[in-house]
Amino acid sequence: MAGQTVAASAPQGAPARPSTPNGRVPRRPRSLIGARPWAAACFLLPALVVLGALVAYPIGWTVVRSLFGADGFARFVGPGNYVNVFTDHQTLTALENNAIWVVVAPTLATALGLIFAVLTERIRWGTAFKLVVFMPMAISMLAAGIIFRLVYDQDPAKGVANAVVVGVHDTFFKASAYPGAHPRAGSALAASDDGGYTTTAAVSPGTPAMLPLVGIAPTTLHGAQQAAVPAHCPSGAVCGTVWLDFKPGGGGTPGKIEPGMKALSGMRIQAVRDGHTVATATSAKDGTFVLPASSVAGGPVRLSLPESNFTAQYGGVNWLGPTLVTWSIIGSYIWMWTGFAMVLIAAGLAGVPRELLEAARVDGASEWQVFRKITVPLLAPVLVVVLVTLIINVLKVFDLVYVIAPGPTQQDANVLALQLYLSSFGGGNDQGVGSALGVVLLLLVLPAMFFNIRRFRKERSR
Amino acid sequence: MNRRLAIGITTVALAMASTACGGGGSSTAAGGATSSGVKLPDLHGQHLQVAAVWTGPEQQNFLKVIQQFDKLTGAQTSFVPTGDDVSTFLGTKIQGGAAPDVAFLPQPGVLAQFAKAGWLKPVNSAVDKELSSNYSSGWKNLGASGGKQYGVYFKAANKSTVWYNTSAFQTAGIAQPPTTWAEFLKDAQTISDSGTTPVSVGGADGWTLTDWFENIYLSQAGPDLYDKLTKHQNKWTDPSVAKALTTLGQLFGKSSLIAGGNRGALQTEFPTSVDQTFANPPKAAMVYEGDFVATNIASDTKAKLGTDAKFFPFPAVDGGKAPLVSGGDVAVALKDNAGAQALLQYLASPDAARIAVQQGGFISPDKALDLSVYPNATQRALAQSVIQAGDTFRFDMSDQAPAAFGGTKGQGEWKDLQDFLANPSDVAGAQGKLEADAAKAYGNAG
Repeated sequence: MAGQTVAASAPQGAPARPSTPNGRVPRRPRSLIGARPWAAACFLLPALVVLGALVAYPIGWTVVRSLFGADGFARFVGPGNYVNVFTDHQTLTALENNAIWVVVAPTLATALGLIFAVLTERIRWGTAFKLVVFMPMAISMLAAGIIFRLVYDQDPAKGVANAVVVGVHDTFFKASAYPGAHPRAGSALAASDDGGYTTTAAVSPGTPAMLPLVGIAPTTLHGAQQAAVPAHCPSGAVCGTVWLDFKPGGGGTPGKIEPGMKALSGMRIQAVRDGHTVATATSAKDGTFVLPASSVAGGPVRLSLPESNFTAQYGGVNWLGPTLVTWSIIGSYIWMWTGFAMVLIAAGLAGVPRELLEAARVDGASEWQVFRKITVPLLAPVLVVVLVTLIINVLKVFDLVYVIAPGPTQQDANVLALQLYLSSFGGGNDQGVGSALGVVLLLLVLPAMFFNIRRFRKERSR
Repeated sequence: MNRRLAIGITTVALAMASTACGGGGSSTAAGGATSSGVKLPDLHGQHLQVAAVWTGPEQQNFLKVIQQFDKLTGAQTSFVPTGDDVSTFLGTKIQGGAAPDVAFLPQPGVLAQFAKAGWLKPVNSAVDKELSSNYSSGWKNLGASGGKQYGVYFKAANKSTVWYNTSAFQTAGIAQPPTTWAEFLKDAQTISDSGTTPVSVGGADGWTLTDWFENIYLSQAGPDLYDKLTKHQNKWTDPSVAKALTTLGQLFGKSSLIAGGNRGALQTEFPTSVDQTFANPPKAAMVYEGDFVATNIASDTKAKLGTDAKFFPFPAVDGGKAPLVSGGDVAVALKDNAGAQALLQYLASPDAARIAVQQGGFISPDKALDLSVYPNATQRALAQSVIQAGDTFRFDMSDQAPAAFGGTKGQGEWKDLQDFLANPSDVAGAQGKLEADAAKAYGNAG
């Protein structure tokens, strides 16, 4: 673990400290140190000691440790831990997620950073805007994780993401009045294929149709009236009552309207014959409804309470569910790191010669052409630096995933660094496998590291 | 860890909730022997150290117990809090040569591990005699390892309690809480018909699900199969496991019976699962977990224990005996001296149990203790279930399993049962995953 962390952060430090021994020494004039090797050794010693103790030694130790089993250095397992790493389904999920992370997160953060940087150059309050976008960088990953754990909360009253989704959804689709209402087992109503309920027997005019439902707390029916049997039914029409067939405290005869039982008003009732809806009615304040004789004449009908009466409140998106959890966490990462990309790109932008842009504009290039043909190519070196830095950063991502992903979907959100922690300390207590994961992670970071170092060299030699 | 904390807070709340017996511990001083006739040696000038995980009121409560011990023997006993990771704390202390005289261990697995390492001292005949007369053999044997008696279970936890909102039961017209699983399901449907969701499940915390399973399995398959599964002598692909999961699926498979549906339950953490059951209006009528639920009720809700919030023992499944899944803390001697043995002897006596129990939030497995000592009806009933279970109780299975299987967020049994909650019809799939994870974890643990 230690080896991985230190090694991975080294390339970030590299641009700031170009005094890497083999990088700079040969280019110095020979006369200065070349003649006195002991002086060179003296100057290099502190750096070598620190690097050795903090980078080389942990890496070496981790590599050696990865060849041993869970119980310390007692059992040599050779490549066993690596076989374990590449066959374990948890680690494979982690690898897959890491791939998604590396492709998506740096690209999006850099793209957004570029857009923000270019646009804020043009507006008056650019600095204020930059400040706001950059602000998340001031928060620790852990705090950001906790914030986003709340943002993605399933309950719209807590999670702002679902509050927005539910708010938008409910503007277009109204929730039904009676979610959760259902008939008692063995009553005259049975579930139909469309999610509603239909009478098991045909209903004919003359006898009132009783449609008892349960499953609603009486206390939630504000202002509901006592249910009633339809008083006068026009001849030939089908009449009936929809009511809450439940008495607080239990008791009562199922299927019978009794004092204290509340009416379910506003319920849509359909008369169905041979699969066709022939009439529709809505229950009145006392729960009664009338299906006019003109439409139900010509044979018995079945009464159906369509699903629209019962659709549950829209619950929002399951942000932290198995399918979305990785993407949600990537979203929080982008929220944090776009500011970083933006600031670096804006700095690069300041170095782009104005004359070139002006010349292009004078030549009649549109703003889009200026951006695409001049700004972006001139910024390319900066963009690459930002991208590579973010890739290295993303490979190590741990805190956000550990904090945001809830227990049931932690494995769906798994990444290598988290798997490394889990197998070393989080219950597995197998530091052999953990070390192997650390080595794998280091190998993954190495290409990005070499790429960065090579680029810096090339730049210097230019 | 969660559970540890939860139990800790329980005591706080129950201690506050219990009304009677203020300062009862200090007035019962006797001479050299306790009121029940336990003869303790004279330990004047001896210094003893006791280490346990307890903090806050739980610690205060226990300090009263050792004050009385000091008064009886003349010893000077000090308390050392261990922090949450008891075995690591004690391991470093022992290896550093500064072991406390007596320590409380949270799990039988730790006791076995320490005994194997030779860190524990067997109890002497006086302690053994005290244990034999005051403890059922089940509780006594939990403190033994490799044929030797090492520990005294001073504190017990009752993890077979279903807590319910009395007004929700009243509204639904349920006068008597269910005693069998069939009645439980029927009542759940009745409550659902009354407009309240019957059961709240804290599925975001995997350990609540392992406790559900353990209760059903213990009652349905019986203690012998339970022991075999605990030691992984039986595989999780065993038909008895399939039966228990199918039974659990009768509840988990009907999303209308679970607060928030299965998806909602998976995002409900344990504290929320309790809070929403005793909120107004309640989002569920009952919630299953151990005696520490009382803490959450007392501290996070407005419901009053004993009137608004009551519990009933976990129902018996398929004609089995009603299960009692327990937890507890065991006192062991880490040093071979008279003081440590005397303290164990004292802790095994009803006198020590009485002082601890009187202050509330504490259940003693000591069967010689008169139940009337408990400060309120809820505590008394919780203790009664523990004592009545005799030797048929079983210690929490997941607490005895290797941590990678039974004690880690997002892994092993926790994760597999969460997957089962998400998809309760796939019993065979759940068994396959459980067995694969168990084989790996038990294999690694040696």
